[in-house]
Amino acid sequence: MEEQISSLIAEFGESVSEPKAFRDETTVVLKDGSLIADVCRYLKDKYGFDFLVDISSVDHYGKDPRFEVVYELRSLATCENIRIKVSVGEEECQLPSVISVWRSADWHEREIYDMMGIRFLGHPNLKRILMWDGYPHFPLRKDFPLAGKPTDMPDVAFTRPAPLEGGPFVSTPTDKTSVHREPRARS
Amino acid sequence: MAEIKEVGYNTKIEGDVIVTRADAVLNWFRKNSLWPMPMGLACCAIELMAASCSRFDIARFGAEVMRFSPRQADLMIVAGTVTYKMGLAVKRIYDQMPEPKWVIAMGACASTGGMYRSYAVLQGVDNIIPVDVYVAGCPPRPEALLDALIKLQGKVSTEPALATLKKAG
Repeated sequence: MEEQISSLIAEFGESVSEPKAFRDETTVVLKDGSLIADVCRYLKDKYGFDFLVDISSVDHYGKDPRFEVVYELRSLATCENIRIKVSVGEEECQLPSVISVWRSADWHEREIYDMMGIRFLGHPNLKRILMWDGYPHFPLRKDFPLAGKPTDMPDVAFTRPAPLEGGPFVSTPTDKTSVHREPRARS
Repeated sequence: MAEIKEVGYNTKIEGDVIVTRADAVLNWFRKNSLWPMPMGLACCAIELMAASCSRFDIARFGAEVMRFSPRQADLMIVAGTVTYKMGLAVKRIYDQMPEPKWVIAMGACASTGGMYRSYAVLQGVDNIIPVDVYVAGCPPRPEALLDALIKLQGKVSTEPALATLKKAG
């Protein structure tokens, strides 16, 4: 693993952070998000990270940069994993697509766009994958209310805020009866 | 020797003729041949399948003819979570069913949104289509669905069938 990381740092210099190892998992932080496709291409071509396990996104609401996108890579030949984290600012809110490296990135990136609103430059079909086209919000952002927001799109779909009755509904650990334990609105 | 008192229909006496109300006959036909449209949307659909299999056998109540075309169905069993994205499709399929038609909301999700208090889930299918019977449970056991079917049959048998028939032309 060290060889790959040092090679990566030699290739991309300051943009790639020193690796952090935790429980046999290696994480590097890429400071310049615009390099992500190049870094992924390098790792795939030179070290055989041929399997994009997942792309996920995190909303650090209230911090700057606000978003973080996490790439999980795996080499099926050597069974090594590497994780790449990239920060994305709220204003630009975009990253280069890695579809040219792994075709499987297609739906991962569409899901991130749908739920978090991060756009991927160079994606051939960047439209919503879970919600419908024209839904105006990005539901997994932290400033989106749990109950949802009202929307209306005639002949396609509508949404109404869910009744939380003072919730959120959480179960409470207790040695009392299930009536005390079960999820219900608690203020 | 005790005298045996005949009750009900006896062909020897009645001569193959039954006198009754047209409403009762129509409702009798309808309630014993409800053709369900299985709107299986989530795990409740598994229990719906179990209800139609041999152990529970929904055929005992005449509702075994699952029709995957809404035009041939008169009972929609909404089994599962109705998302907003699916909601209008459910309504469209319901609109394509011929009258008379009934709806069973099977399970907590179809009835109220269930545990999904969320931006994506319709909070009860009765927001878009009229529901006749709600079934509690997450998911309900097949017996609960059969009970709902019997309840619905009771409702069907008291409807004014003749008065609500559509006049031709």
